[in-house]
Amino acid sequence: MDTKLPPYATFGQRAWFYGFRVICGLIFFFLIAPIIIIIPLSFNAEDFFTFTPGMLALDPDAYSLRHYTAFFGEDGYPWTGLLVGLGFGAAVSALFYVLGSKNLFPILIFGILGLIVGKLWGLEGEEWMTPLRNSLRIAPVATLLSVSFGTLAAIGLSQSHVPFKGAIMAILISPMIVPLIISAAGMYFFYSRIGLQGTFMGVVLAHAALGIPFVIITVTATLVGFDRSLTRAAANLGANPVTTFFRIQMPLILPGVISGGLFAFITSFDEVVVVIFVGSAGQQTLPWQMFTGLREQISPVILAAATILVAISIVLLTVVELLRRRSERLRGMSPS
Amino acid sequence: MSDATQDGPVLAADGTPLKRSLSRALRAQKLRALMLIAPLLLFILITFIAPIVDMLFRSVENQIVSETLPRTVVELEGWDAEGVPSEDVYAALAYDFMEAAERRNHTRLGSRLNYETTGISSLFRQSGRGVDDIGEDYADQFHDLNPAWEESETWAALMGAPDWVEAQSADDVEGAGLLFRLSVAIQDVLPETSDAYRSFARTVQSEDNDNPVAEEPWNTVYLALYRDLSTGEVSGYDGPMADLLAEAAAAVPDFEGMTPREAFADINDDWLDTEVWATIEAFSDPYTAGYFLSAIDLQLTPDGVERQPPEQRVYLLLFNRTIFMSMAITLMCVLLGYPIAYLLSNLPARTSNLLLILVLLPFWTSLLVRTSAWKVLLQQQGVINDLLVWIGLVADDARLALINNQLGTIIAMTHILLPFMILPLFSVMKTIPPSYVRAAKSLGATNFTAFRRVYFPQSIPGIGAGCILVFILAIGYYITPELVGGRTGTFISNRIAYHISSSLNWGLAAALGTILLALVLVLYWVYDRIVGIDNVKLG
Repeated sequence: MDTKLPPYATFGQRAWFYGFRVICGLIFFFLIAPIIIIIPLSFNAEDFFTFTPGMLALDPDAYSLRHYTAFFGEDGYPWTGLLVGLGFGAAVSALFYVLGSKNLFPILIFGILGLIVGKLWGLEGEEWMTPLRNSLRIAPVATLLSVSFGTLAAIGLSQSHVPFKGAIMAILISPMIVPLIISAAGMYFFYSRIGLQGTFMGVVLAHAALGIPFVIITVTATLVGFDRSLTRAAANLGANPVTTFFRIQMPLILPGVISGGLFAFITSFDEVVVVIFVGSAGQQTLPWQMFTGLREQISPVILAAATILVAISIVLLTVVELLRRRSERLRGMSPS
Repeated sequence: MSDATQDGPVLAADGTPLKRSLSRALRAQKLRALMLIAPLLLFILITFIAPIVDMLFRSVENQIVSETLPRTVVELEGWDAEGVPSEDVYAALAYDFMEAAERRNHTRLGSRLNYETTGISSLFRQSGRGVDDIGEDYADQFHDLNPAWEESETWAALMGAPDWVEAQSADDVEGAGLLFRLSVAIQDVLPETSDAYRSFARTVQSEDNDNPVAEEPWNTVYLALYRDLSTGEVSGYDGPMADLLAEAAAAVPDFEGMTPREAFADINDDWLDTEVWATIEAFSDPYTAGYFLSAIDLQLTPDGVERQPPEQRVYLLLFNRTIFMSMAITLMCVLLGYPIAYLLSNLPARTSNLLLILVLLPFWTSLLVRTSAWKVLLQQQGVINDLLVWIGLVADDARLALINNQLGTIIAMTHILLPFMILPLFSVMKTIPPSYVRAAKSLGATNFTAFRRVYFPQSIPGIGAGCILVFILAIGYYITPELVGGRTGTFISNRIAYHISSSLNWGLAAALGTILLALVLVLYWVYDRIVGIDNVKLG
């Protein structure tokens, strides 16, 4: 397919050119429309799952925030949460700064993110806020585990002589390939035996295992283009291996590590099958609550929850895309 | 070439042979790589691989029968599977059942065997209530013969090891005290009774935390005593209570009462049914293929492996449906994904990056968000039906059933898995040089021929990778079929989940899971062969 029609194109060629574009447009519509359409529906003033005549007429009274109010709850003590969130944001930004990012953009992003998370933390909507809080407790710990183990292992795997590399890789990637229901069943049986079933720790370990393949894949992909002469140069200039790792290798592979971490985070944050079996009522997460809601009595608050999750994925997608570009720029700097 | 080649091995700077020096450096490198990988490997082995292996074991594990009815299983070995088993088997069953009923294990075993032969669960529950009456008639006759048999201390003195009896008879024993130990002398004289008494004593200690010295034995112990005395010889015994035992041995030939078989038949006629016994025998091995047979609609009967009765054949149907629907979904994904990948790979980078976001956004959006969107859209009162009614394609009273059936599952899952098809296709198509198609056209090929003969064959690796990926993901899906599949659109995963959380038939769940896992691993292996797991790309 050429990008422009030549002036001598026949009618058939013209028809095919535009017809193909219309077909593609329809498929894009199929991909995006279901996600977009729930956003206006979540502002419905009625308890319906379709557009009311008032909504179609763009009558302001037909729209309301009541489902969001039901999600977040009204009473709350947001100030402590705000402080916690700001602290979290500042800590992450400081980490970025130490690791070599000298622009203030990530500090701003994480500051705002921390602020939002912190504000939500203080809200008291029983049915949805407790699951959201559980999700926000489980996902970061699971992410931290998978990123720290996964990055180390990815560096090991990218060395030139690794015995049994194929077998090790197959084992490490397997959590992504094995159907979730089978992982869930196995973990349910095994974790009940060793007393981890129904505990916070059990859910965190399970989610960390599920997130590891993503970290391995993204970090090894970054390491493929890594120029080994840089570490040799550092060693030559007198740096010990630890200094070399933190000052030379880490800043260069950091974008890969962070996007692997985001994948691990979203895996844990979205995961529902394993948590249903490994967790108990005390670890009910947001997707679990949505699943219960969808299976039993579907209420429009689910649409509000879904809209919030879409917003979160847009933010994460943006961050991953920015990181990918930064990584390419960094690697472009080093001769390879 | 240096002189060293002639005189001996090449030497490194420090004087060691170069070969050894190199291999040492290589070994150090390998070791360092392994040290970096080891923590994660250990972590995955414990948190992920061990559970999977545990599940594999569970699919063949069957200790429950031999653990709950150990004596019966041993006695049953001599049974020829025809007619009613011997009295010895029923006596062993009485001892086992009494202990199981006290430990409340019998209902668990009942429901396990009920998977194989319906009716066993209620038989076991009923027998659990009636089993403590078995042997009561003998107990009464022993009491009448000599009231000493009614005393718990008599029994303890007769059965227990002397030092154990002494320790347990002190006044300050709290709770269960020391674990019961059997007297060595009595074991040879009264084998069944000592076994039955030990089972009684230890059960009382562990379940009720009581001292056996202060508890009168179960009626089944009296039954065992009667059986021992009527067959064996006690004249050689000279331990504690020897006189009492000799007196009882002399009186036993005049005792009358129900045999164990009569007693069980009195509780429920089904105990005379060969099928019940055949089931117990068939599942008395610690490992069984029974769950796997059930998972493919077969069953283990006394006459060998047979097909399940037609109304119970569900699993092959479910496997077929899962595979068929996964193939339909894969096909839909190819049909919808190919044009998009083609468009993306042929547009200028700026535009295609922009359009790629439309593919990545669904990829990044929560699975539950997409499923709930479809649940809302496809409802009878949902947006799509409203739209169709408004256009006039569908009458208001004949709205389409788009959800809670196979159609709903296929639509929603095609949408969810489409990015997994587009991304591998796109990455393959990007590498196809456009000059090939141009060359074909300049040689006179029509657009269609150029596509069919030149472009399409080069994109086949992408189709293969995408299809396997989508198929692997589809075949194990649980959430979406559960929410939009209704009754006819569910997958084998839903059945596995049902057996884990509702019917509690874990063995069958594990067997179904193992079959599904085997299927996925074969595909994974194929995928690794074609694409290579190292080449999986995300986003």
